[in-house]
Amino acid sequence: MSNPSPPQDPREERLAEIRREAEREGTVKQRGVRPAGAPFPIASAETGYYGIPLLKEPAWTWQIPLYFFVGGAAGAAAVMGAIANATGADRRLVRDARFIAASGAVLSPALLIADLGRPERFLAMMRVFKPRSPMSMGVWTLLGFSGAASATAFAAFLRGRYGPSLPLRVLENAGEAASLAFGLPFSNYAGVLIGATAIPVWNENAGNLPMHFAASGVGSAVGLLELAGHQKNRALQAIGLGAAIFECWEGYRIESRQLPKLDPLKHGPSGRLVRAGGVLSGPVPLLLRLISGFGKGPRSQNLRRIAGLSAIVGSIITRYAWVQAGHASARDWREPLGNNDKTDG
Amino acid sequence: MRVTAFLTDSTLCIGCKACEVACKEWNEVPDDGFDWSGFSYDNTGSVGHSTWRHVKFVEQAPEAGLGGNDPDLASWTFSSDVCKHCENAGCLEACPTGAIVRTEFGGVFLQPDICNGCGYCVVACPFGVVEKRPGDGRAFKCTFCYDRQKVGLTPACAKACPTESIQFGEIESLRLKAKERVQELHARGMEDATLYDAADSSVGGTHAMFVVRGDPRAYNLPPNPECPTVYLKKAWTSSAVAAALLVGGSLIAFLADRKRPSR
Ligand code: SF4
Repeated sequence: MSNPSPPQDPREERLAEIRREAEREGTVKQRGVRPAGAPFPIASAETGYYGIPLLKEPAWTWQIPLYFFVGGAAGAAAVMGAIANATGADRRLVRDARFIAASGAVLSPALLIADLGRPERFLAMMRVFKPRSPMSMGVWTLLGFSGAASATAFAAFLRGRYGPSLPLRVLENAGEAASLAFGLPFSNYAGVLIGATAIPVWNENAGNLPMHFAASGVGSAVGLLELAGHQKNRALQAIGLGAAIFECWEGYRIESRQLPKLDPLKHGPSGRLVRAGGVLSGPVPLLLRLISGFGKGPRSQNLRRIAGLSAIVGSIITRYAWVQAGHASARDWREPLGNNDKTDG
Repeated sequence: MRVTAFLTDSTLCIGCKACEVACKEWNEVPDDGFDWSGFSYDNTGSVGHSTWRHVKFVEQAPEAGLGGNDPDLASWTFSSDVCKHCENAGCLEACPTGAIVRTEFGGVFLQPDICNGCGYCVVACPFGVVEKRPGDGRAFKCTFCYDRQKVGLTPACAKACPTESIQFGEIESLRLKAKERVQELHARGMEDATLYDAADSSVGGTHAMFVVRGDPRAYNLPPNPECPTVYLKKAWTSSAVAAALLVGGSLIAFLADRKRPSR
């Protein structure tokens, strides 16, 4: 059964012509009429369903990228503090690293809970232990880390106040060992968290994000310690250099790979953020640290402080930028439809 | 318990949205989408926190055959979209509270009294289905009418559908039926009819299959959906390498610093 064909009338033919023109051009030249909504969108294999995004955008509030930053810095600080302590480094450095870890241990759950909207909702996180869910693993890591880092700081505080005793020593050392163990995944699991998702720009980097986030966390932990007065410590300088070099490489990796999936890291508002975060985390601290290595005295120490500050700001921007890139990626309907391959540069 | 599924046959859909209405009424889903989206007769554009069934109005380029019979008129098909109830469900794997579970009917059920609104399922769904409801803060999606199925009733949408475009039944027999239907359509000259089931992907098949005409991409059905757990190994390996580098690097740095004379 087909529609009855229109009578062979030139006027009918003219109407069909106008319709075709309106469809094609979005306007009818003859009268300069622009049909409402024209050019009419169509659904097709190439355009998907009118180009409506197929994926949902992340629903996280600003607390989450900030939590990624705090967790990264605190986790890395705990690890460095424990290792500094084990190798017999400067006591003050150990104390300050522990302080950063403990502050992160308090702030992180606060940020996470703020994102949930209602505090008691956090309790549901503790119903299950799910190794296949990075969010579940992350929450347990956070809980372990928070307990360990605050116990360490608490024991050290009591020891300073009432003098050393065996139980305090045990608590302090056990807390520190646990902070090290939990701090390692805590410093980078956010990369796993966003890597193992359906968001194309994130899962494309699943094998890289944890390292990238770890380097970002280490850079900011070093920066915080330098700002806290350890701008002369050479071990920190070396670690900061390592983090900055890694971030330079990461930036190169992002910029050099020609995949449409990675566009949100290079173009648009999220691309600008990624670049800004990358420059502040990689090349800037790298250069400042290298220059500071040639000199001594307050000038070079100041350079190191600036390098540290740059890494901190860079790290905050980086976390925020990756979440924004996830938003842009989810809005791009072409990627999940596999329609970007053709435009592959 | 029998394992059940939906089969949504777009060639039978008349775009009446009875399924959307029935779903909202039965499940007491808040209203949304009273405005036109501007795309054909579509209101909400996609399934979401308060649209668990969503009728797509697919206007494709004029082409005789593709749901149209006139080379001058856009072809027009309708298809009622829904949560796919994946065999390997990204949302279920991602959920940190255990709020999302697999029911005895094989569906994927989100328990609203346990959901804490962390939003991780939202980015774990390869079909863009589950979504956080603003104001409420928790995530919502199709329940596969778990409450109705428990007492032996057909899901509200399937029950309300006047053309049996939405069919509900035991999954294997429905799968068979779907294949037969596609063959039948081919025999009737609709060679572009295909079955969408995502069986060859890491999703491992769905409990909501679709018969559509033309390319499923025009219906926003992704050709290669992936359950995000496939990325876990890569990501945790990277995490372990990062941890090793951090420990090794810090050890070397602090040890080397100790050996050198202090200033
Ligand atoms: S389609 Fe999305 S929401 Fe539905 S079961 Fe699959 S992953 Fe979960």
